[in-house]
Amino acid sequence: MFGLTAINFKPYRALFRIRFTNTLQYRAAAFAGLTTQFAWGFMYILAFAAFYRSNPGSFPMEFSHTVTYIWLQQAFVALFFLWFYDNSIIESVESGSIAYELVRPMDLYSRWFSITAANRVSRTLLRAIPILAIAIFLPRPFRLVLPVELMRYILFFISMALALGVVLSFSMLIYISAFYTINSMGTRIIFGVSADFLSGAYIPLPFFPDTMRFVLELLPFGSMQNMPLLIFSGHVYGVAAFRGIGIQLFWLVTLVIVGRFWMSRALKRVVAQGG
Amino acid sequence: MIELNGVNKTFRIAKRQGGFSRAFRALFSREYEYIRALKNVSFTVNDGEMVGYIGPNGAGKSTTIKIMCGVLNPDGGTCNINGRTPWKNRVAHVREIGVVFGQRSQLWWDVPVVDSFELIRDIYKTDAATYKRNLDELVELLELHEILKTPARSLSLGQRMRCEIVASLLHDPKILFLDEPTIGLDAVSKLAVRQFIKRLNAERGTTVLLTTHDMQDIEALTERIILIGKGQILLDGSLTQLKAEAPKGANAEEMVAALYKEYAI
Repeated sequence: MFGLTAINFKPYRALFRIRFTNTLQYRAAAFAGLTTQFAWGFMYILAFAAFYRSNPGSFPMEFSHTVTYIWLQQAFVALFFLWFYDNSIIESVESGSIAYELVRPMDLYSRWFSITAANRVSRTLLRAIPILAIAIFLPRPFRLVLPVELMRYILFFISMALALGVVLSFSMLIYISAFYTINSMGTRIIFGVSADFLSGAYIPLPFFPDTMRFVLELLPFGSMQNMPLLIFSGHVYGVAAFRGIGIQLFWLVTLVIVGRFWMSRALKRVVAQGG
Repeated sequence: MIELNGVNKTFRIAKRQGGFSRAFRALFSREYEYIRALKNVSFTVNDGEMVGYIGPNGAGKSTTIKIMCGVLNPDGGTCNINGRTPWKNRVAHVREIGVVFGQRSQLWWDVPVVDSFELIRDIYKTDAATYKRNLDELVELLELHEILKTPARSLSLGQRMRCEIVASLLHDPKILFLDEPTIGLDAVSKLAVRQFIKRLNAERGTTVLLTTHDMQDIEALTERIILIGKGQILLDGSLTQLKAEAPKGANAEEMVAALYKEYAI
């Protein structure tokens, strides 16, 4: 369907590799990001700590779960936040260098998917390790608490991979929309920020009102960072974790199908800008 | 063989007027303008031919090239290249063509040029022996030994353009489309590129279609020229023929300027 069967992976792996190396060059940016994420993480935790002090019983998540959630989120910010767009893709549409991408014997959806995946993974590698390494040695209430059960790690890694897939296939829709607008900055910001909010990037979903939380968990938003972070921090476990992973899988498949269909429509009316 | 028959293309462009208040009004109501970029474009290019496709800015050269590359869908007409319609059978079609868009880059900015070449090898699934043979030959001809390990961002325009040409030829294309391949090059680079294109055509029989504003490119390379203006093919003939009709002693540049004037484009 939509060319899925015809895909041979070698070219896409090669593309992943070159994009990966390309992004690894930007060490200064990664270091700046690292500092920001640390400051941000502390600020968040201190704010939550103030709320918890006023009335610890009235919160849906244990404080240690919330702290773990926040540190993990800061470590994997480049993996999970929608607004970490791959600007090279949007630029290629807006400047017209998309013409060069279309003269390659490859499928454009998979090409973009590989590039943006490589970009997110390499940016994460540069940030995640230092943040995690420090966060597990912080003093008690502010420490990232590592799970003890092996099963939790396994579920976390599965859920993390699926969350990345959902984030990528969701952001593909935003990239494709660039074909229809002259400047997609507006779309990018509105969709990026609202989708991040709805996926628990600013306040974890358990803090949302119950009905809203219930709906968001069924939508793609709950299948992004929410699921892996809650599994790791210990807030979601057992059947609920398996159910969450099932929903993630559903959204990954659905969003990829929708994106591929839309892309094939968009390419029929593509206009490569400029001479 | 390349066969275009009655190709039409119209672009819809949002009308913009200067000024703040007009820009604000454009948020609510848009007016569109329709620009006919190509009107009934037809021509045939045989295998192994080398053709110069010329015309003033905005005449429709790049649009034609993009249609022939499968990047753009025309509104009407047919285009058949080696038995395929480019935009309907894009992936199979582009495997057999090479393209240089002089205004853009296909090299990865922050990694050594050779990494970009290897990526292209993997994308086209060129076998190792062919890749090596082509790379060695191209590097030799275009004198690129010293810059293979340099990231594209540190190259001069001339060096980069030579690398772009190499990148377009690594997979042994049967047809090469060059859209302003000599733009911004110095004399030495221009000569190297021209000499190279000539040799490619003579030795490998690659069909070459090139657009340029540099009439010396045309003089040095092509016998046949196709002139396009305001989206229409105005002339399809040989350079010798043109020279015979031109005022005595006119150089290529003046000849073309006279042509543009004659056709009022």
